[in-house]
Amino acid sequence: MTKADLVEEVVRVSNVSKKHAEIIVNTVFSSIVDALQHDDKIELRGFGSFRVRRRRSRQGRNPKTGDRVEVPEKRIPYFKPGKELKDLINHQDDDTPSEDNQTATPTGGEAPAYVDPESNS
Amino acid sequence: MIKADIINKVAEEAKITKVKAVEAVEAVFDAMKGAMQRGERIELRGFGVFQVKPRKKGIGRNPRTGREVRIPPGKTIRFKPGKNLRSLS
Repeated sequence: MTKADLVEEVVRVSNVSKKHAEIIVNTVFSSIVDALQHDDKIELRGFGSFRVRRRRSRQGRNPKTGDRVEVPEKRIPYFKPGKELKDLINHQDDDTPSEDNQTATPTGGEAPAYVDPESNS
Repeated sequence: MIKADIINKVAEEAKITKVKAVEAVEAVFDAMKGAMQRGERIELRGFGVFQVKPRKKGIGRNPRTGREVRIPPGKTIRFKPGKNLRSLS
């Protein structure tokens, strides 16, 4: 699946022109990129969350010469699939996972340990 | 940021009503979910690639009892950031 397929899907579902659908799809992803660049996290219920993980600087070695080099700190975008998505890819035959409420947590079930309280606002 | 923020942005950029924007944004994520459910790879230029990968069966241990429990093989999603996301520092 590529962006073109998403554009087509938007045209089909929400009955807009192709031009509009392109703007829509591009805006969805550029706003996610924007947020991550500002160190913000994005939580999409049922889909998953995007956040930035920091990788500390470390000593590395140039594999060719064996020289020590300092590998600088990095910020890596990270995607964590949400519960609904995880259930979807693991139970292909079952479109509507019914056990949603059994493990309910105050925040709705997506990995409570990592959910920031303010993310619900 | 949550879905509502994306919807607002989309309504503004595409100059469509919020109701329409909700529909469109849901369509995007629903289509992506559908693709991943079918095990398809999603490649979005500049943004990144989502790939469904099988996970090996593993043996876990209940930390309280020490009893071994089998973890069934499942699938997981790997997201590989693309060009626009690689320069975050």
